[in-house]
Parts: sequence; structure tokens; C-alpha cells
Amino acid sequence: MKQVYSVEQLERKANDIREDIIRMLEHAGSGHSAGPLGLADIFTALYFDVLKHDPKNPDWEERDILVLSNGHCVPVLYATMAHAGYFERKELLTLRKFGSRLQGHPERERLPGLEATSGPLGTGLSQAAGMALGLRLNQQQHRWIYVVTGDGELDEGNNWEAIMLCAKYKLSNIIAIVDRNNIQIDGPTETVMPLEDLRNKWEAFGWHVIEIDGNNIEAVIDACAMARAVVEKPSVIIAHDVPGKGVDFMEYDFHWHGVPPNHEQAMTALHELRTLQGKIQSEHE
Amino acid sequence: MDVHLVQDITAKTIATEAMKKGYGRGLVEAGKRYDNVVAASSDVVGSTGTDAFAQAFPERFFEVGIAEQNLVAVGSGLAAMGKMPFVAAYGAFSPGRNWEQIKTTICINNRPVKLVGTHVGLSDAPDGATHQMLEDIALMRVLANMTVIAPVDSLEAEKATLALGNYPKPAYLRVARDDTPIITTEKTPFKIGQAYVYDKGSDVTIIATGRMTYQALLAAEKLYKDGIDAEVVHVPTVKPLDAETILKSVRKTGCVVTAEESQIAGGLGGAIAELLAENHPVPMKRIGMQDRFGESGEPKELFEYFGLDAKHIRLAAHHVVEKRK
Repeated sequence: MKQVYSVEQLERKANDIREDIIRMLEHAGSGHSAGPLGLADIFTALYFDVLKHDPKNPDWEERDILVLSNGHCVPVLYATMAHAGYFERKELLTLRKFGSRLQGHPERERLPGLEATSGPLGTGLSQAAGMALGLRLNQQQHRWIYVVTGDGELDEGNNWEAIMLCAKYKLSNIIAIVDRNNIQIDGPTETVMPLEDLRNKWEAFGWHVIEIDGNNIEAVIDACAMARAVVEKPSVIIAHDVPGKGVDFMEYDFHWHGVPPNHEQAMTALHELRTLQGKIQSEHE
Repeated sequence: MDVHLVQDITAKTIATEAMKKGYGRGLVEAGKRYDNVVAASSDVVGSTGTDAFAQAFPERFFEVGIAEQNLVAVGSGLAAMGKMPFVAAYGAFSPGRNWEQIKTTICINNRPVKLVGTHVGLSDAPDGATHQMLEDIALMRVLANMTVIAPVDSLEAEKATLALGNYPKPAYLRVARDDTPIITTEKTPFKIGQAYVYDKGSDVTIIATGRMTYQALLAAEKLYKDGIDAEVVHVPTVKPLDAETILKSVRKTGCVVTAEESQIAGGLGGAIAELLAENHPVPMKRIGMQDRFGESGEPKELFEYFGLDAKHIRLAAHHVVEKRK
């Protein structure tokens, strides 16, 4: 029986996941901070409400599928999987270490529960399209495929090849979620390579578009439900979220795209996460 | 082992057929035997020979448009759902354009996608250098988890395709565009990973892959008249290399010529040089493209101009035999 969480419980969980992301990245000494923190609410919504999955049986033949296209954001996936029960949380500190199952970018064969190998950008939607075509042949169209992509990642032409294909074959069991945080490694997305009008681009390519606040867990859950109700075309949720969410000195700053916090910064970040940026008293230190 | 080649290889009237037809027949047969075989193409369903499968199994064929990066990553996704996908395009574009997607989504991801590159080597002759795929063996050979197969004719292409139909690893099959002499028969053995001695000899080993094995056999005929008894080893699987068969022959003859319709750097020539340098160094010459691009022309003109024919293999054999003394 699927456990149902209240929004408040989910918000706490997202915060716990953020704390683990900070610890992992500090310990690893390299990795990406802003994206994973910004995505924590989306991943909490997915793994604790939206997805049909079984952490004790990662290969369950009826499971929904999560493809992380922007593989550099994998710390949020690992942390969420650990919280969901795929493996012990203590393993999170092996991120990027020699011999770890938690590679710097996700490698499917290393860790049960990973659905795809990714990192080089722009291939998640293509792999999802192939999966959806395979599910159609297997008469398993009731299984949903959620694809998380970065926004800067949409610079890659490979995405638009896949976007056209999904529309052509009406792969309505694909739900793309764009991590619209407006930053990429060299700066704001609209400076590096303007993406707007992003909504109209997806619509023109034949997709159903939903726009939400990507840091609002309830909105994420509702948007996924709305997307599942669209049967004639694939859906994309453009999730506007805050890069570095929850850590004041990281929020909105593209310099935090590809670097981890040092020890002092990690301590400050953890304090902020525990006190909601100083607004409340911490329950634990 | 009897390899059951056609009776008279040197006959001017030898039958020919485009290799893609063999691939097409093999794919239809694989589709009949294995329910999970599917195919996709990037707007080249007819010219790659995939149309026979698309007509036989329309629901198992997918057209992705002119999008080779998408083609192979879609293949990876199909394989994730238990399918055995054959993804076909001109070799110049796949694996020419989409190497990283092949590395990440197929090789590191370890999905058993079958890449089919057509119009390879100089076979897309009039189209010129941009369409002539001479680097594919090198590009695919360096990828861990990847198998590389270059058949000699349409019959072997058919057998290779059928064998790939339930082969559990990623693989690349390269097939030529134009009519190619058929030198094997239904009885000729083919197994992935195995090399075959097509002509026994003791003075020099000619190691060839793809269509160049035919040229090697023609060269061996001439060499015999020159007083040199050449052994021709056909290597349809460039990776994994059948080191045992190759080393056994080279230990006997003590000198080697390689022949391929691709860049010798990284190609079969490169693979054999690596094997022999570490195990049994001997005088060696590599016939193939010598670090240049092709150009427009008729196949026969190009083969002659770039030195990919029996004449050049024969000269190279004389050279290495001389060097061995």
C-alpha cells in the first residue's frame, strides 16, 4: 500500500534532502550545487508521491520510469533515492569517490534504480522516446516516463530531434520536466543562448505545456496529474525554480552551477537550511 | 576447416549483389525468429535496405527523420524495454555524427543496440569525400563494449545480421553500397568473433576485412604464380579480434599484409599492428586509406587510385617477404 504524505511532511523531506546534498558535495570536493538544490522539491514530489515504484524491487515490471537527462544534477537523485529506501543514506558520502556506486554522473549498471546513463547533455528525451515506443509494443502504455531536463540543456539540438519524434508518435506517456532555473555554467540562459519564448517553442513542436513554480511541491504533484490526463500528445512541465534554493548565498547565482561548498560554506548552508534562512529556530544542530 | 567458397573466385562472371540486400534479408529473418527485433532509420529506409523489414513488420519499424543523434539514443531506449533494435543510416552520418551518443547511451549504458552503417568505405563513390565513411572501424573499435563486423559480401552480411539478432551486446555492422562479388556460399561458416583462413599458404599472411578479402584472394592467385604461397585470413569481426587464428598464421609465415576499405590508422591495420607488436612482431604492410580523404569517381577508379586493390596487395606481399629474409 502506497504511503501518503502531507505537503508539510514532503516539504520537510525536501529540506532533509537538501541537507544531504550539501554534505555530499562538501565531502566529494567537486560537483554541482545549484541545480540539485533547486530540484529537491521536484524530486521529493516524484519519489514520495508521483512515481509508481518500489525501492525494494527496483526492476519491478510495472514501475514508472525516471530519466535524469541533466546527469550533473545526480546528487539530488541519489539523495532522494536514499531517503526513499533504495540504499542507506550513509552511502551518499561516497559520491564521486573511487569504487563508489554513486558516480559523478549516473551510470545505470552501477546502481539499481537508475534507468539511464547520462551526463553529456541532450539525450534523455531520446532515450525516453525509445522507451515509450518499446512500452507501446509491450502494451504497457500505462507506465509513465518522467524526464527531467535542464533548461540550458535545451541548447542541444539532440533534444529538438527527440521533441519532434515524441510529438510524431504521440508519446503521451512521456512527461518532460524542464528545470527552468535560468542559469547555466557560463551565466544566465538568456545571455548564453536565449531560450524564450520557451512555452511557445514546445507548443509549436506539438507538446502540451504546463508552467508551475518548481519549488512548490503541491504544484509539482498537481501538474503531473494534469499531464497524465492529456492523452493525445506528450506533456512538458516548465518548472520555474530557484537555483541553489534554500541557501541564501547560492540562490540565483550562476557561479554555483558547477562547484561544491567548502567546509565553512557547507556549515553556513546547513544552518540556513535548518532555520529556513534564519526565520525559525533549528530543531537540531 | 572447409570454408566452402565459390568455385572460381577469379572468374570475370562472378555474381554480385549489394550487401544491403543481404542485411535486409537477414533482418527480416531475424524479425521472424525473434519477436523483440525492431528497426529504425533516419530517412534512409530504402537506401539502407531496411525497407524489407519495415514492410514485413510495419509496427516494429520507426522512422526518426534526418536525426542520427536521436536515432541511436532512441535505439538505447528501445533496448531498455527489452527490444533488439537495428538502427540503420549511412555510415558517414551514423556512427559519423553521433559518436558520443553511441558511447554514452549504448556503450557505457551497455544496451544491445545494433548499429548498421551503409555506403561505407569508398562504395559511395560518386558522392565524394563527405559521404565516404573510412573512419568508422577506428571510431567504433575504440569503444569498450562494442563489437565491430565488416562482412565480405551480401551472403555474409545476411548471416552476420541474423547472428546479431540475438547477440546480447552493442555491435556495429558495416555494409557497402554498390554491387559486390559474392565469394561465399550458404555453407560458408560465420560466427561473431571468428576469423577464417580462406586460402591456405605458408609464405605470407594476408589479413583482410570486408570486401578487401576478395581483393586479397585475387592477389594470392597472382602471388602463387610469382612463387609466393600466400595465406589469406578473412577477419569479418574486427573486434573482438580472433587473435588465435591470426597469430597461428603469422607464426607460420613470418610476414603480414593487411587490407581494408578504411583508414589504416585505427582500422584493421591498426588492430593487427597492435596485436603483433605485443605478441609476435614481424615485417608488415598495411593496405587501405593512407591518412587521406576520398573524392568523387567510380568505385573501380577510386580503388585503383587509392591503392585498395589486388595489385597493391601483391606488391606489398613481395615487399614484406623480401624484408623478412
